[in-house]
Amino acid sequence: MIMEVFKGSINYMQILDENGNIDRSLMPSDIDDSKLIEMYKSMSFARALDAKVLSLQRQGRAATYAPLIGEEATQIGSAFAMRSNDFFVPNFRQHGVYLARGLPLDLFFIYWRGIEEGNAVPESVNGLTVAVPVGTQMPHAAGIAYAFKYKKQDRAVIAYVGDGGTSEGEFYEALNFSGTFALPLVAIIENNQWAISVPRSRQSAAETLAQKGFAAGFKNILQVDGNDVLAVYKATKDAIEKANEGPSLIECVTYRLSMHTTSDDPTKYRPDEEVEKWKAKDPLLRLNKYLVAKGLWNSKLEEEMAADQKAKIDAAVEKAEAFTPDPKSMFDNVYSYIPPILKEELDDAVANGFYQ
Amino acid sequence: MNMVSALNSALGLILEENANAIILGEDVGKDGGVFRVTDGLYDRFGPDRVVDTPLSESAILGASIGMAIAGLRPLPEIQFAGFMYLSFEQLINHAARFRSRSRGRFKVPMVVRTPVSGGVKALEHHSESPEAFYAHVGGLMVVEPSNPYDAKGLLIRSAHIDDPVVFLEPTRLYRLFKQDVPEDAYEVPIGKASVVKEGDQLSIITYGTMVPVVQAAVEKKNVSADIIDLRTINPLDEETILNSVKKTGRALVVHEAPLSFGVGAEIAARIAEKAMFELSAPVMRVASPSFPYPFPGYEQYYVPNENKVSAAIDKLLSS
Repeated sequence: MIMEVFKGSINYMQILDENGNIDRSLMPSDIDDSKLIEMYKSMSFARALDAKVLSLQRQGRAATYAPLIGEEATQIGSAFAMRSNDFFVPNFRQHGVYLARGLPLDLFFIYWRGIEEGNAVPESVNGLTVAVPVGTQMPHAAGIAYAFKYKKQDRAVIAYVGDGGTSEGEFYEALNFSGTFALPLVAIIENNQWAISVPRSRQSAAETLAQKGFAAGFKNILQVDGNDVLAVYKATKDAIEKANEGPSLIECVTYRLSMHTTSDDPTKYRPDEEVEKWKAKDPLLRLNKYLVAKGLWNSKLEEEMAADQKAKIDAAVEKAEAFTPDPKSMFDNVYSYIPPILKEELDDAVANGFYQ
Repeated sequence: MNMVSALNSALGLILEENANAIILGEDVGKDGGVFRVTDGLYDRFGPDRVVDTPLSESAILGASIGMAIAGLRPLPEIQFAGFMYLSFEQLINHAARFRSRSRGRFKVPMVVRTPVSGGVKALEHHSESPEAFYAHVGGLMVVEPSNPYDAKGLLIRSAHIDDPVVFLEPTRLYRLFKQDVPEDAYEVPIGKASVVKEGDQLSIITYGTMVPVVQAAVEKKNVSADIIDLRTINPLDEETILNSVKKTGRALVVHEAPLSFGVGAEIAARIAEKAMFELSAPVMRVASPSFPYPFPGYEQYYVPNENKVSAAIDKLLSS
């Protein structure tokens, strides 16, 4: 006897196409014109910040930086869909999520100066610190989701991972754990097509990365146009609404328009034509087209917005650059107290001005 | 109580006093753990608090980190220390660093329990002594009891402290002997060694499985030795070690883990730095040979025994 024991299919969703047209049948009911403008501003702000850190990095005023340009819709769409008490778990490229969720800007710049105090996410921001080892943040998200469920809190965890991250064992182990305990997790794959120099096709022979959720027993799996802020918003919001029933996996198909980090040169490993093709699908461009066509946006508003954002960014950079790191803080935060051997090392360092 | 009963008693008290305390791991539920340390707890506290997880060390420790960050007090069990390397990433890159990388915003109060050491005729990877790996990384505490009383008190203390604790349980001592252990909760401090026997000819610094081996060797030889049971590897109780060595002038470090780059090297270096001129002889070390733990058919030739400790004592006292 042979019988079918499993069947699965995955839908792809797009609401706002690259020409700025909206599929009204899928338009989320809670999105009005003002919300769209808010999203546009937030995406623009993320891009402006990105450009600022890049410029600071080139001047030696910031450490190695991972740009987000091209991925604004995935980040802002999902961040806007979160309820105030939902908790996000980023990797190292979700600057847009931090900003949309209220991280004070100066902390962002302090972090990218290479200073831990910038990673002290305030209590008011429901999100975790930056995670650098790829994919390893996913089990944390599962554990936080377990805690929410255990405490019977109506909260979801929104966790981000890249296309490269889905090849890591910990990605699958976290999904499997979340599926087993039906945890309130929304896993978002920010598939930007490139893991440094390795293309999506080298990460997996699977047609979609979303289908990896089937193996973990996920019931809600979707692939969306990751450059479409509305599709990302809707998919994330729907997943959050279903979070008490179990975890979801959303693959956002987007594109990293710039380098992996400031340490690599993408022209070495990918053709310019590919980048040009994706520039036509730019997430900001299409929302701008829609807003302009609807008479909601114009060049004057764009200029005003840019000036306002620049002022905020400049003020934050000034504040961040005024921050003086105290090397003693390294010793203060290893344990809940300073054990004698660490104390001795600290005393020696202090007595000698940290040998500077 | 033997050590298994003492640990079981501690876990029960921890779960009783703190509704956010959760045990998770492989076979910790209905089966009560492969060594029965969690026996009966599933029935007392239910499947949400004594959680049988998928077979995934990374998920067990990674999720425990998330739980701890979100206000729970996880007590994950890794079935054997030799399998804990699968979750090394989570311990080293995350548990040890969250407090520091977030400047205290996120803490990881959790106790990772795992059986260590050999001498029980177990299969490959079931007899490891990995303490040096974990002790080398700041941010983790590493605890290893050698008797039931300390095991219970150290485990309860570990569950009260706001730091990630790697709690190493020597399988060989699980049922080797019994002690009077109070039924109620009590703490044994972390970072404080215990002087289990006082003497003036030499100081023997040891922990875990080697404590009873050293005790037996010292008794048979009728030498007068300070025997120091570290109980905590990191943070190290340097003060107790140095006070003893300054008194006796001779130091022997004994552990089951391989000799090279081990805990003994750290202790010998500290004695050399701070008590060199009070020594009558060079610091000596007794440990397993500098290669991975063998199959059980060879372990008697590998793990330090009374004879090896005894020979080292002779050599140290004659130099």
